[in-house]
Amino acid sequence: MQTALFIIFGLAAIAGALNLLFQRHPINSALSLVVVMMSLAVLYWTLGAEFLAAAQVIVYAGAVMVLFVFVVMLLNAGEEERTSGSRIAYIAGIPGAAAIFALLCFVFLKNKVALGNTQLGGDLSGIVSNITDISHTLFTSLLLPFEATSILILIAILGAVVLARKEL
Amino acid sequence: MTHLNTFEIFLLLTILKIVVVLVITLTAVAYTVLLERKVLGRMQNRWGPSRVGPFGLLQPLADGIKLFLKEDMMPLAVERPLFVLAPIIALGCALISIAVVPFGQQTLYKGVDLFQISDINIGLLVILGVTSIGVYGIALSGWSSNNKYSLFGSLRATAQVISYELALGLSLVGVVLRAGSLSLRDIVNSQSHHGMLSWNFFGGFQIVGFFIYLMAAYAETNRSPFDLPEAESELVAGYHTEYSSMKFAMFFMAEYANMITVACVATLLFFGGANTPFGHLFDGVFNHGFIHAVLPIFWFVFKILMFLLLYIWVRATLPRFRYDQLMSFGWKFLLPVAMVNILATALVLAFHG
Repeated sequence: MQTALFIIFGLAAIAGALNLLFQRHPINSALSLVVVMMSLAVLYWTLGAEFLAAAQVIVYAGAVMVLFVFVVMLLNAGEEERTSGSRIAYIAGIPGAAAIFALLCFVFLKNKVALGNTQLGGDLSGIVSNITDISHTLFTSLLLPFEATSILILIAILGAVVLARKEL
Repeated sequence: MTHLNTFEIFLLLTILKIVVVLVITLTAVAYTVLLERKVLGRMQNRWGPSRVGPFGLLQPLADGIKLFLKEDMMPLAVERPLFVLAPIIALGCALISIAVVPFGQQTLYKGVDLFQISDINIGLLVILGVTSIGVYGIALSGWSSNNKYSLFGSLRATAQVISYELALGLSLVGVVLRAGSLSLRDIVNSQSHHGMLSWNFFGGFQIVGFFIYLMAAYAETNRSPFDLPEAESELVAGYHTEYSSMKFAMFFMAEYANMITVACVATLLFFGGANTPFGHLFDGVFNHGFIHAVLPIFWFVFKILMFLLLYIWVRATLPRFRYDQLMSFGWKFLLPVAMVNILATALVLAFHG
């Protein structure tokens, strides 16, 4: 059953990603991205990272992408048109994407032993909870990066407030 | 059932549970509409629906037939695929989240829990996630209708839901801190020791969290007094102006299914779920077989009914907020209070827990 889940949602993710690229309308592309994110969340879950899956759905699919769709709706963006710039993007983009894919494959395959492996869907049948482990790691060994990220986000919020205040 | 293996038993029982829960939820949705019309009528000193069947009890059936048989109008200028998809997303998300709700005490039959479709270790986050996906239904319906009032309604709804989602999530953190788990079953079990006294609302001192949750949830479900997205005096009917027949009915059902979900979550998190309010006082009286199994469900349904009545009561009583009031209430009042609640709960747990 876990393999079936993996195949279904892996294919959904790929189909969503392709649809994202081929759709001309920004809203359709944004919705395809939501499909990709949801499928990835299910894949995370089958790998035993249920908190990551929930965070993916709540933060990315449920908040960030809603804002994207919101902005597209407000700007009332129409369909894209083909220009000479889009042809350059084709020529440069496809080899670039292939190169990044190859690089990632190379890195992951080379460090296969160091990264370790997990059984696909092994964590679905037995109920385990790794939220406690995540928070322990986050607040002990990864405390400095965690706090640095928080301050970064705080700066971004303050920047947004300052920018908005000018107009008030 | 001896020739079936464990997986087949699990699959069959799960499908059976899904069908039963879906049928009960949809019936409950239909009768919540009737309940709302009757109670609203009584509060406004009139009868409410009383013609179809005894006390108007068959009114939902008549409404259903009417909505099915109406002509399904499709305006010319709509974005067709999204226009059709939007009500499906709204109703689907509203119904999915009921899957993680435990309706009674854990009763295992051949390794399958009979009173819960799936016990997920992050059940609470699943409910929050599914509700946040439900926003797409509203946002897309307004945009794809190609109608300015629909768009205004859906923009209002989206902004409102995103803003109040923060307060909603933060108000639940206190409960999660007390239970030490995100599984709804564990959260319910953490409140089961001394009946009413160990509920998070009374014994857990999460009363502040509960009221923040209640207000944020009313805003999340776009219900009065936060029903600006469908303010009929300003926006015709809001995001579902262009919808007719069953597509409109799906939005309508989604709204009431969301109400039921909110009532379920409030019951589970703050009022002990399916636990009796009397603790172990009457254990000797009701401790045999059938009643012992059914009594928790009675309490669960009773608590949900109380929440639905509260919803209707609030709708009959309070006037609608203005948009800036709504935003400043959410961001400047609910959010800070929710944070203070988390801080206080964490401090108390650190010193006494």
